[in-house]
Amino acid sequence: MLDVVRSVPIEYYLWLSCILFCIGVFGVIVRRNALVVLMCVELMLNAVNLLLAAFSTYLSDAQGQILVFFIMVVAAAEAAVGLGILVMIYRNTHTTDIHLLDRLRN
Amino acid sequence: MNALITLILFLPLLGAFSLGLWGSRLSERTTGLIGSGSVLLSFVLSLSVFAHLIGGGEPLRVAVYPFLAVDGLQLDFALLADPLSAWMMLIVTGVGFLIHVYSIGYMHGDPGFWRFFAYLNLFIFSMLLLVMGDNLVMLFAGWEGVGLCSYLLIGFWYTHREYGKAARKAFIMNRIGDLGLLLGLFLIFQTFGTLSYREIFAQLPVIRPDPALLTAICLLLFVGAVGKSAQIPLFTWLPDAMAGPTPVSALIHAATMVTAGIYLVARCHPLYSMSPVALEVVAFIGLLTSWVGGLIALRQSDIKKVLAYSTVSQLGLMFLALGMGAYAAALFHVTTHAFFKALLFLGSGSVIHALGGEQNIWRMGGLRQALPTTYRTFLIGTLAIGGVPLLSGFFSKDEILANTFAAGGMIWWALAVLSGALTALYMGRLLFVVFFGAFRGGEEQRRHLHESPRVMTVPLVVLAVLSVVGGVLHLPHLFHIGAGGEWLGQFLSPAISESRPARLLSAQTEWILMGVASALALGALAWAYRLYAVRLPERSEEKPSRRWERVLADKFYVDELYDRLFVRPAERLSQLLYYYVDVQAIDGAVNGTGKAVERIGAELRRLQNGKVVYYLLGMVFGIVLLFLSLWLS
Amino acid sequence: MTLAVFLTLAVASVVFALLMVLTKNPVHSVIFLLLTFFAIAGQYVLLNAQFLAVVHIIVYAGAVMVLFLFVLMLLNLNTEAEPRQTARWKVAAALASGMLFLTLLGALRGSAQLPAPEVPDPHVGLVRNLGRVLFTDFLVPFEVAGILFIAAMVGAVLLAKREIR
Repeated sequence: MLDVVRSVPIEYYLWLSCILFCIGVFGVIVRRNALVVLMCVELMLNAVNLLLAAFSTYLSDAQGQILVFFIMVVAAAEAAVGLGILVMIYRNTHTTDIHLLDRLRN
Repeated sequence: MNALITLILFLPLLGAFSLGLWGSRLSERTTGLIGSGSVLLSFVLSLSVFAHLIGGGEPLRVAVYPFLAVDGLQLDFALLADPLSAWMMLIVTGVGFLIHVYSIGYMHGDPGFWRFFAYLNLFIFSMLLLVMGDNLVMLFAGWEGVGLCSYLLIGFWYTHREYGKAARKAFIMNRIGDLGLLLGLFLIFQTFGTLSYREIFAQLPVIRPDPALLTAICLLLFVGAVGKSAQIPLFTWLPDAMAGPTPVSALIHAATMVTAGIYLVARCHPLYSMSPVALEVVAFIGLLTSWVGGLIALRQSDIKKVLAYSTVSQLGLMFLALGMGAYAAALFHVTTHAFFKALLFLGSGSVIHALGGEQNIWRMGGLRQALPTTYRTFLIGTLAIGGVPLLSGFFSKDEILANTFAAGGMIWWALAVLSGALTALYMGRLLFVVFFGAFRGGEEQRRHLHESPRVMTVPLVVLAVLSVVGGVLHLPHLFHIGAGGEWLGQFLSPAISESRPARLLSAQTEWILMGVASALALGALAWAYRLYAVRLPERSEEKPSRRWERVLADKFYVDELYDRLFVRPAERLSQLLYYYVDVQAIDGAVNGTGKAVERIGAELRRLQNGKVVYYLLGMVFGIVLLFLSLWLS
Repeated sequence: MTLAVFLTLAVASVVFALLMVLTKNPVHSVIFLLLTFFAIAGQYVLLNAQFLAVVHIIVYAGAVMVLFLFVLMLLNLNTEAEPRQTARWKVAAALASGMLFLTLLGALRGSAQLPAPEVPDPHVGLVRNLGRVLFTDFLVPFEVAGILFIAAMVGAVLLAKREIR
């Protein structure tokens, strides 16, 4: 059952994780819809989770998976709250375009 | 004694400071007292120095302060009291004192009364510094100081822009001369390694510098003298300097500052004696200037301008004497000139004062009766400057002429003697036009005609007396006085070691020379009398008619020439520099920097647009950079 | 065999992730993300992280994505088209993420040499094992996570509540 350790070098997981992470970064920067941005953030978190799980298996250390667990906790909480904020903003400005939310200016 | 010598120098400075600080609060009387008093004290102390030297005392050197001791250069603030400097001290403080007293009357009521006396005292200090200095640096310091005071006093009534211009002109022309003087000083230092008179002259036979080098040094120093003593080509500032109050003209531009050039050459005579070329140049410039000055004076209408050009001319004679190696004769003429030129200027001041500011001689006339004391003293001054026998001017001029004949020959002498006759001619013209004939001024002025107060006439009388008897200072051998004769020459001889070449003239030659000169002088005066006293109603030169008259009246167009050659190009250059360098380049750079900063700021401001996603992009780049830097280090 | 499975799942996850980022329709984005999550869950199974795989599906696919879909429906965003981005911006973003990718790779390169046990323990990833570690070594973070959830819930409710006029 652990022939994944034998057959797939850890570098592959590394690459995969990094690719997913950077796609997520790209998405956060490029997309203007707040919802999609939040989804890209979830993608980034998942990339990290994947890598952590991979290392945990390869090094036979459970701590990696525990950390994944906690990351999921936080991600879920953050998604909830983030969406709540998004709904509020939409109610006030009737748009989800993040480029229009520039009250930080000046 | 050393302390006394230091006091001589610093008392006028003290006076200047006190008047400068508190003068505005003091009464005219107190101000005049402090101003004149400090100079009088200096005069008295100078007399004691003089007495010491006459009594066989040695020249004194007072080192006041070693003010620069650098590798290779040792400069002391030190004062020298030898015959030459002592004599100059006496002239400066003596005549200076008389003029101070006169000024109390002349400047009465002027709102800048205290300022005037402060400046005058400062001038006396600077002039004393010049003549009492033990080395060339102190001379230069005093030189600059008198230039400054001249500027301050010419432009004394500063609300008149014209006067300010005249002051600037004087200062700038002086500066041109000063450049030559400085170059000379640099060369001297390079050649002799020192700037102290004693050491330079001691080194002279030891080092034996190249004659060409010596000539260069002498000529450069002479350039400075030309500027300060208003010789050709740097003489045009002196007539313009008449914009200052008349006592200033008397003191600075007749009796003292302008003689600084003569003093310089006389002091450095060991250098000049070894450079015949330089001496020739000095004599030539002197003679030429005496002619040009005299000719211009012949057709001037402003009483002070006539006297100014006369001063230029007389200074030329003094330089002629120096050029002929007759240093003592030159200094003798400095002395007598101080007496009668100061007298003439103060007298003219008296006339101007009486006429309420009128300076045009064609609006004067017949003042003999209204201003008797002024007239009589002015007459004496005129006779003295003209070289009428037995007055002081006669003796000093004769000394110069005799030496010119001995050292230069017939031609030099002839030109010089004719220049002397010219002097008598234009001075006679002045005397007769101003004091004889009918009064040509306005009714207002006629009613206000009054003799000046005693505080002004007493100095006139004193100077007149000195102008008469001053000749005794240096009576020629000829008069067979015996031991008392040629006193000044003997007194000065320790300081001026080569007073004059051995007199090669026979007694007979001398009498002839004297006679010719006297005859010409008297003849010129008589001719002037005929032209101006007798025939005056028929001629009025207010509008010169003939071509030569206009040339003379327009001062040979020298000012216009200088304007074309130097002033306008300089102004043009100044404008160009202003536009291209100052406005475009420098302002452009400065303003440009400001604008650049503004623009950078505007660009950077776009980073702060409030959009979070921009910041995120920045963050990503930042993280990458951070990793890279950690990775690479 | 395992390698082939891994590669398939990997390619699938990358493709779906890209599609999610690049598609215009937000609903499509949600769907693609969901598919990505499934691919990742498959990876977890491959790694014998059983508990994680299940929790992943339940939490992410079951809860978070549903939440997203709810909000989408609430805001009625499916018909909306986003305003276009300038090409410059996209290039900058691509550049940034590309550089980040390279940097991360470079940074993590050495991690392949970490000391690994000769025989990997197959019990890591089983529920029993994880539970034991969680409730012994990580008890405090576990409890704190609970508090975090309470805070999040309260916050979410407050935020989404309508103002009482």
